[in-house]
Amino acid sequence: MVQTVSTSREEVANPFPQAIREALYAGAISFGLFVLFIGLKSDQNIRNELILVQRWGLLAIVVALVMIGRFVAVAYIRPFVANQKIANIATGLFPDSAATRFFRLPYFIAAVVIAAVLLFFSGTLAGALSPQSAAYVGLLRGVAIIYALASVLFYFRSFILAHFSLLSVILLVLYPVAMVLMFGFQGSLKWVDNFGIQILIYVMLAWGLNIVVGLAGLLDLGYVAFYAVGAYSYALLGTHFGWSFWILLPAAGLMAAFWGVILGFPVLRLRGDYLAIVTLAFGEIIRLVLINWREVTNGSAGISGIPKVSFFGLFSFNVSDPNYIAKVFNIAQSGAYYKIFLYYLILALALLTAFVTIRLRRMPVGRAWEALREDEIACRSLGINTTTTKLTAFATGAMFGGFAGSFFAARQGFVSPESFVFLESAIILAIVVLGGMGSLTGIAIAALVMIGGTEILREMQFLKAIFGDSFTPELYRMLLFGCAMVIVMLWKPRGFVGSREPTAFLHERKSVSASFTKEGHG
Amino acid sequence: MTGKTLLQVEGVETYYGNIRALNGVNVSVKEGEIVALIGANGAGKSTLMMTIFGSPRARAGKITFAGTDITEMPTHEIARLRIAQSPEGRRIFPRMTVLENLQMGASLDNLKHYDEDAEKVFTLFPRLKERISQRGGTLSGGEQQMLSIARALMARPKLLLLDEPSLGLAPLIVKQIFDAIRVLNKTQGLTVFLVEQNAFGALKLATRGYVMVNGNVTMSGTGKELLANPEVRAAYLEGGRH
Ligand SMILES: Nc1ncnc2c1ncn2[C@@H]1O[C@H](COP(=O)(O)OP(=O)(O)OP(=O)(O)O)[C@@H](O)[C@H]1O
Ligand SMILES: [Mg+2]
Repeated sequence: MVQTVSTSREEVANPFPQAIREALYAGAISFGLFVLFIGLKSDQNIRNELILVQRWGLLAIVVALVMIGRFVAVAYIRPFVANQKIANIATGLFPDSAATRFFRLPYFIAAVVIAAVLLFFSGTLAGALSPQSAAYVGLLRGVAIIYALASVLFYFRSFILAHFSLLSVILLVLYPVAMVLMFGFQGSLKWVDNFGIQILIYVMLAWGLNIVVGLAGLLDLGYVAFYAVGAYSYALLGTHFGWSFWILLPAAGLMAAFWGVILGFPVLRLRGDYLAIVTLAFGEIIRLVLINWREVTNGSAGISGIPKVSFFGLFSFNVSDPNYIAKVFNIAQSGAYYKIFLYYLILALALLTAFVTIRLRRMPVGRAWEALREDEIACRSLGINTTTTKLTAFATGAMFGGFAGSFFAARQGFVSPESFVFLESAIILAIVVLGGMGSLTGIAIAALVMIGGTEILREMQFLKAIFGDSFTPELYRMLLFGCAMVIVMLWKPRGFVGSREPTAFLHERKSVSASFTKEGHG
Repeated sequence: MTGKTLLQVEGVETYYGNIRALNGVNVSVKEGEIVALIGANGAGKSTLMMTIFGSPRARAGKITFAGTDITEMPTHEIARLRIAQSPEGRRIFPRMTVLENLQMGASLDNLKHYDEDAEKVFTLFPRLKERISQRGGTLSGGEQQMLSIARALMARPKLLLLDEPSLGLAPLIVKQIFDAIRVLNKTQGLTVFLVEQNAFGALKLATRGYVMVNGNVTMSGTGKELLANPEVRAAYLEGGRH
């Protein structure tokens, strides 16, 4: 006889004893972990002597928070999630029932009203309230806006998923316009520059690295080197010869591609960990050369006075020039024009990267990259020249890094080796991995979350109200980065978009049922 | 009906580090033949298959294909001479769909005959057609074996090397695959060199066969002769499945 085992009985049983037990374990573990990190802190006193500061209260708070968190997770959240049957293992989202209860029309209307009122009266409120309560009002406003946006996303999710790429491109094109309309030219600066341009640079870098890591499967820990080569090529050629951006951009790209090949040759035989170590060293070598080759690169002082990009020579963004944009169009002077122009420039460059990647994937070279990632020996016995395949992957990836680098130089007007440290490579690689290795959409989302998330920390001024004035939220961006990575890797171990889009179809029958293409989880 | 020599392996020695795996092997395959290579585990059969493809490379001896010396040729160029292989361990691309795997096989041809050839392998292996957009890595072992053979066929090879095509397959499917090989050989004149543990089936299928022991070819003859040979019977057939 076949016997079916049922465990559902046990799961329904009272979760509290287990919750308490697990909370105690969690407390003990966190105490062990944090006793030296938080409980004790080394410091200097007035006479420059090393002393130990004891912070038992803080330690107790942290441990208590961990215990409470564990208790709530085991006693309430886990049964709740189990009740929802975690239906959607494929999407990783809560099933509809939970979400529909969370996103309701009355709540949505309330959120919109709150956000609108607070936005409308933000001027008067700022005058009337103390800075502390104003910070809380700002938080409330932010939460209301996020909730409203999330509701809209939720209700139109099928439409959004169906037309995701088109919608996001439209949104990106309209973004600066919306920011200018909402905050005026001066107010839009921060949103266009710190958020828009910053995120798009990383999107572009990650898409470039994706060709090497995601498609060809070559783990490159020194990608920032090509970013540096592009930036310095632009800076040096621009300051010495005064060439225009439109000549320097391809020049910097070619230069970076050249260095990509230079790196490619010695690592042709390496894979995995060994390749990672060598590329890491390569990134450091480039940076050290930039620091020490003073005659050319001006060492760690960097190169300044890098010329601005002009609008194809038609008008410029230098106030002193006769064809300064504000003079040409007879409008008020503002730095925002240049930033908005740069925004569209990097958007165009990023879209170019995406377009090239998508096209290449359908071409023999792109298919060879992906096959190379899967099985190098099989590739060779199918007649693929793995040497040129690897070199083209390095060169193509490096070229886009170089484009991004020259854009970076043009935007900052200043480059120094400090911008090209290993941490940058690590961040770019983290974005590629989180996005799901190979998926352009996933990578763009990862960049948005990671870079946008760290930038938004700067906006969290209400945290000062909680932790005191000396608290600088920006300093915690790496903590946020780490937390986000842990959460994403637990929640979606293959990254945001873990499944690969197939590129082969039989010509007679274009659409193939999607049910097979899902990868199993594991 | 058999024509000129297509593949000639003369005195080939292959080493893994200092260990000699092939001991001066001589094998030849004529156009239009099916040649079987049998031998115990670790005899060096797969090594010979891979040496023909240049990885690992032969340290001594000479390999010629259709008159061209391929001993020192890079693997991908050997493949471009239209030698295709279904290697040991199948080596399909796990994250790619069945169709993409087939596409990789056809990429030598720049996909000129891709649709036509895909239809052909699907008539050979209808099972693959049902799984057309499934990931290679999620196929069953037998299906992966079919895919590996199908991918090799997509390259329109002049010579097909098969390393244990029956590995892990149900007897009925083994029969289907052997039948398929026979049909390809009869109708298209495809030349096949195959390694098999299923010695009985392989020798029945083959025009000629070789027996390999410890890196040496110790016996050769037509399939019938080897099947009748008492030594071969004792070592590879009796106590086996027949
Ligand atoms: N990469 C390697 N490094 C070292 N030794 C190897 C390597 N590959 C194979 N060998 C050795 O070479 C010998 C021949 O191996 P080979 O794989 O050719 O055997 P085989 O005849 O194909 O056996 P089987 O029927 O089990 O597949 C074996 O002794 C094996 O241990
Ligand atoms: Mg073998």
